[in-house]
Amino acid sequence: MDTFIQQIINGLVLGSIYALVALGYTMVYGILGLINFAHGEVVMIGALTALTVIKLLADSGLPGTVVVLIGLLAAVPVCMALGFTIERIAYRPLRNAPRLAPLITAIGVSIVLQQLAMIFWGRNYHAFPPILPTSSREIGGAHITDVQIVIILLAVAIMAGLMLLVNRTRLGRAMRATAENPQIAGLMGVNINVIISATFLIGSALAAVAGVMVSANYSIAHYHMGFILGLKAFTAAVLGGIGNLPGAMLGGVLLGLIESLGAGYIGDLTGGFLGSHYQDVFAFFVLILVLVFRPSGLMGEKVAERA
Amino acid sequence: MRFPVKTISLAVASAFIVFGCGKEAPPPPPPKAEQPAAPPAKPAVTVKIGHVAPLTGPQAHLGKDNENGARLAIEEANARKLEIGGAVVTFEFLGEDDQADPKQGTTVAQKLVDAKVNGVIGHLNSGTTIPASKLYADAGIPQISPSATNPKYTQQGFKTAFRVMANDEQQGKVLGDYATKQLAGKKIAIVDDRTAYGQGVADEFEKAAKAGGATIVAREFTNDKATDFAAILTKIKSKKPDLVMYGGMDAQAGPMAQQLKKLGVKSKMIFADGGCTTEFHKLAGDAAEGHYCSLPGYPLDKMPGGKVFMEKYKAKFNVDIQLYAPYAYDAANVMIDAMQRANSVEPAKVLAELPKTAFDGVTARITFDERGDVKDGAITMYQAKGGKWETLETVGGAAPAAAQPAAMGGMSGMSGMGGMSGMTAAPTTAAAPAAPAEKK
Repeated sequence: MDTFIQQIINGLVLGSIYALVALGYTMVYGILGLINFAHGEVVMIGALTALTVIKLLADSGLPGTVVVLIGLLAAVPVCMALGFTIERIAYRPLRNAPRLAPLITAIGVSIVLQQLAMIFWGRNYHAFPPILPTSSREIGGAHITDVQIVIILLAVAIMAGLMLLVNRTRLGRAMRATAENPQIAGLMGVNINVIISATFLIGSALAAVAGVMVSANYSIAHYHMGFILGLKAFTAAVLGGIGNLPGAMLGGVLLGLIESLGAGYIGDLTGGFLGSHYQDVFAFFVLILVLVFRPSGLMGEKVAERA
Repeated sequence: MRFPVKTISLAVASAFIVFGCGKEAPPPPPPKAEQPAAPPAKPAVTVKIGHVAPLTGPQAHLGKDNENGARLAIEEANARKLEIGGAVVTFEFLGEDDQADPKQGTTVAQKLVDAKVNGVIGHLNSGTTIPASKLYADAGIPQISPSATNPKYTQQGFKTAFRVMANDEQQGKVLGDYATKQLAGKKIAIVDDRTAYGQGVADEFEKAAKAGGATIVAREFTNDKATDFAAILTKIKSKKPDLVMYGGMDAQAGPMAQQLKKLGVKSKMIFADGGCTTEFHKLAGDAAEGHYCSLPGYPLDKMPGGKVFMEKYKAKFNVDIQLYAPYAYDAANVMIDAMQRANSVEPAKVLAELPKTAFDGVTARITFDERGDVKDGAITMYQAKGGKWETLETVGGAAPAAAQPAAMGGMSGMSGMGGMSGMTAAPTTAAAPAAPAEKK
């Protein structure tokens, strides 16, 4: 039983990270209908920027949590500026181009960012300085670290904040209007360029938070880390219904749980026929099943509405 | 705009024609060096040496390390102004990136074959080396891998495949014996990263551990890009193993050690050379303490030329050695040595000389067996203590010829390979029979 609880905790931590990154994908998709493949790299840049600051301050004598907070505060504006620039340079000029064109530039931006990060931060792995407690609490035989508790709580808080922003504020209303129909929203006096930029700014800020979470939890950051994470988060967004905010959160948490429970139990359930190397196969099998029965994802809108 | 486009397509077309012609002549390039030397001025020839390792991707730090090692050897050879076949030879270094990806490995191998290189140093990973070795074998180009340790590489029967490091059969066996005998492991969990290297060494370990009387309580898998191991480690935890063996690289071994600690698992990890780096300590932090690893060959400070090499390397590149640089350096020098003995840079003639190699390298005295594996490959066990790898014992291998002065002289200030300085034998193995090298 304690193993099961532990796997649930593992899945929740992983899922919270996926969910935060997935929000970035889903927000941009919801408004522009564009899959921003560079989003994973923004997470990576956020993690490495924060880590650089944290390393500088690691010996300053400040408490570990304060140092991490300063690192986070440094990473957020950097990522926001990056997200803003990406949209201006790579996506805005192509807004009325065929849908394939911005998809290709997104992949291009992703590769460029990765290579720039490699040049700037080098090829080596960057280890998170040991300023946060690594010991873990025991709950019913399962272990959870303080960092992991913070990750789950922070993810929940951010998601709630984002829901409030989108559903309750003027900016949120403008965002929903732009998502519905950019031209009509423009005619109604919504400055869609500002709204789209704001979407990228918010998504990138979330990416920075996710980046710091990942590097704090796994104590590792690397110029290559954004790729797989981005792919998994994108999967989570599709699973939940891309373009739908609660869907991205649900998809992220579900994917985390599926991966964790899949890796933990698939071997025993199949009598050793399938092992934990089928972890990803299992996750994507669930994705295929969901898409077969609900092509727009678990909580996605019907595609016809958007057409 | 029409004109340049035409020119470009013409250029491309003619490039294809040239390329096509080149392919029609399968035998090795004409032996430039064999042309009779004109008496007044010695002719100069350029010899291309290819090197392949992952220069981008998660193993880029190890790939650059290999490339630096090989590059150092090539640049030194150029500085010596070697004469081969009566001509002054300039070596041209062609460094390629295979991203540790087997597919990319064959692509760049073909590129090197097309460039008509005279020899190849590489690749770094077994997974890329094995498929690429077929291309080099078909083209008759000698290949020396510094670090591919999967046994299959030299078991394909290619006359062109050599390596300067003990293979996984030897290493997995030593690890398995060590785990069951010295560490008295009864219940062992095994994780591997599903690469040719990781799976190979884990399989060999499993055989040796079972032979030593241990039970394999879990066999789990991850991949060489993963950072989250919580799920498989949780499962392993429920089986309460004495030891956790990992077949894979440092980028996974480090975070894995840390996540084990966070999950409250007290069992120690044991892994092979891929995780036996300074990087492991950086990544695992204080969770590194007490884990075991093995490296083929001798510790850097016990290598015949380890100290000198480390200083040269540091002076040239201003970075610390990661892992395999000394092997890449030796591999390149073995290639150059064979060219000198053959008095030719023609691959066929170099290949005739390579099996006869008896080269005093930085890592050991290098001789090859009939398969192309290095003979008497030694394997050294280490344990993580206080942020460094401490030498436990060296198993097998002939005593390196010039080890005495270097080994003892290099005790202080060694930090290149995980700071394998300081105490030679840890208390745990004081009673264990030490290999000949340890006694010196």
